[in-house]
Amino acid sequence: MNSETEMLREYAERDYQFGFVTDVETDTVPAGLSEDVIRFISKRKHEPKWLTTWRLEAYRHWLTMEEPHWANIEYDPINYQDIVYYSAPKSSADGPKSLDDVDPELIATYEKLGIPLHEREKLAGVAVDAVFDSVSVATTFKDQLAAQGIIFCSFSEAVQEHPELVRKYLGSVVPRSDNFFAALNSAVFTDGSFAYIPKGVQCPLELSTYFRINAAKTGQFERTLIIADEGSCVSYLEGCTAPMRDENQLHAAVVELVALNDANIKYSTVQNWYPGNEDGVGGIFNFVTKRGACRGSNSRISWTQVETGSAITWKYPSCILQGDNSVGEFYSIALSAKRQQADTGTKMVHIGRNTRSTIISKGISAQWGQNSYRGQVKILKKAEGARNYSQCDSLLIGEQCGAHTFPCLDVQNSSAHVEHEASTSKIGEDQLFYCQQRGNSLEDSINLIVNGFCKEVFRELPMEFAVEAQKLLEVSLEGSVG
Amino acid sequence: MLEIRNLKAGIDGKTILKGIDLTVNAGEVHAIMGPNGSGKSTLAQIIAGREQFEVSSGSVKYDEKDLLELAPEERACAGIFMAFQYPVEIPGVSNSYFLRSALNSQRRARGEQELDAFEFLTFIQERMALLNLHEELLNRPVNEGFSGGEKKRNEIFQMAVLEPQLAVLDETDSGLDIDALRVVASGINSLRREDNATIVVTHYQRLLNYVVPDFVHVLVDGRIVRSGDQQLALDLEEHGYDHIIAQAA
Ligand SMILES: Nc1ncnc2c1ncn2[C@@H]1O[C@H](COP(=O)(O)OP(=O)(O)OP(=O)(O)O)[C@@H](O)[C@H]1O
Ligand SMILES: [Mg+2]
Repeated sequence: MNSETEMLREYAERDYQFGFVTDVETDTVPAGLSEDVIRFISKRKHEPKWLTTWRLEAYRHWLTMEEPHWANIEYDPINYQDIVYYSAPKSSADGPKSLDDVDPELIATYEKLGIPLHEREKLAGVAVDAVFDSVSVATTFKDQLAAQGIIFCSFSEAVQEHPELVRKYLGSVVPRSDNFFAALNSAVFTDGSFAYIPKGVQCPLELSTYFRINAAKTGQFERTLIIADEGSCVSYLEGCTAPMRDENQLHAAVVELVALNDANIKYSTVQNWYPGNEDGVGGIFNFVTKRGACRGSNSRISWTQVETGSAITWKYPSCILQGDNSVGEFYSIALSAKRQQADTGTKMVHIGRNTRSTIISKGISAQWGQNSYRGQVKILKKAEGARNYSQCDSLLIGEQCGAHTFPCLDVQNSSAHVEHEASTSKIGEDQLFYCQQRGNSLEDSINLIVNGFCKEVFRELPMEFAVEAQKLLEVSLEGSVG
Repeated sequence: MLEIRNLKAGIDGKTILKGIDLTVNAGEVHAIMGPNGSGKSTLAQIIAGREQFEVSSGSVKYDEKDLLELAPEERACAGIFMAFQYPVEIPGVSNSYFLRSALNSQRRARGEQELDAFEFLTFIQERMALLNLHEELLNRPVNEGFSGGEKKRNEIFQMAVLEPQLAVLDETDSGLDIDALRVVASGINSLRREDNATIVVTHYQRLLNYVVPDFVHVLVDGRIVRSGDQQLALDLEEHGYDHIIAQAA
């Protein structure tokens, strides 16, 4: 056993030894992780016994695991006993009283991104009155969803209201033992989103368009589960372009998607967590496990992501293509500027016959940023007629940054068709000069070229999100050249 | 309008321009001819503001401004346009989006109202007809997959939209078929006004039959060795550079 694991166990046992007593009335637990802490979290959330046990088993398995270090990223060791695993949501009374009390730099960024005034307050955590535009809007839409039998609520609420669905699908796509961070999440997750689309229902609105502001404070160990029943269709938006700060450095979320026969899930993410400063100080570690199971035939899962934030991103939204004729897609833009490091990509596992997958990855590196694409296409024996098309493009801005690709191919069926294309290019001095000669400023010129580079991915985003994402790239690249 | 005095410039320690003097007034057309590698494109790019060239001495004045002080986009906004000898591809950026962005930057700089997508499309219809440009080229990424001739035509189309005061056209005629040459030339001519000027860099007298120059200059090894009128271009065509160089020496 390696020393790190041993250390963890030691810590865990020591806590136990001191006879840590849970106090259900308090809002926080001391730093550190132990079975008692997990029991506390579960109890505090009034969870059924099976879920408590489920968490504990995850925790026990986690103790036997090692933090993975195969990704092309570097960071100081994380001390898991320094982390506070539960604190009840802060009341809004603790927040700033008005926008005047908010970090001016944050306000400036909101302005650049064109975020409406009333949303800025909410984003910055300003205490606002209950009578608030988006609240009433939100309730209206909730009613509309309920009328069609769509369940869309927080994960905790789903545990209380729809335990049978949660129990059936939780961990069915990302098993607790899947990887170190997924196991940790399974043990300690606090909240997240839950969606269920009943048979044959086309979800009438983009889920979370109207809620994402409210969901800004999601916490450190988020858990999301989306189930699209037969013949249903849903588009889900996660994240928000406004820069999000968080005192917690480690974020380890798990997202599970299940698509049954003929179902269609589109999952779009814009991630803009605090990336740290120019020297690489601060910034979020974003270690996420996202996976979708195309369980039914003719089902489709499509991931689209725009990753501009976080100090470190470790993220591989994947598709398990079980159903015959099922389709998996991955469209990604990952930007690493300053000292950011991104190791991201996807995994497409072809199991069913005539399964198809498409991977379009666009990595942008600027300043000292390091961007790695890591992708796996696996075609199993029975996946007769499977097809994959992968395209990984990297764009470098400046001399200090880097781009790396680690494609991995495992084809066990000879009828499979697999295509891979890759390119690395630099924003050329000649391209910039051409743009500038026509009258565009240096920054506009860079934005033009970057937007052109990302076009195939922007096209996949819901319209409104695409416009925001484009703006976000511009703001993120500000000052990266010159 | 443009006044170049004893301009010396080069790159990576290598001298390319060895003392250029050139005065261009409003309403004039100047042709610059000269053998390969003599420095024609270098001169064009220095006027447009390409930073990789180092100017070691001399001055370039444009409308009484010190041109060398200005960034490329400032020069563009002040009315300088260069048609590239080798137009650059910008993948994923549609030709019309690119051009609208450029035009609006220039309009902003001049304190004019920006054009929205609809106004822009209306505005460019007539310019497209002028250049006989296919609507389809408008929606394709800038220069990507364009044929050699299409790229050149696209350069002049951009010029027609941006309406520069001083246009420097670097071998815009190379690679054009006979009909395209006529179209491009008539495009250039129809944009001529009392208050603007054009410098055409070319190897062929042919273009000058259509775009008739007021002055012809012969650039050899970084120096203008002869200047004259249209007749000089005809002589060159007949006798070649060696003859002219020998005469000049
Ligand atoms: N970026 C560069 N690096 C090194 N040398 C350069 C560079 N650009 C131009 N030169 C050199 O400067 C000289 C002049 O080049 P320039 O392109 O100005 O010639 P030109 O007169 O336009 O030729 P052509 O008729 O072939 O277009 C050439 O010897 C060329 O090799
Ligand atoms: Mg040349």
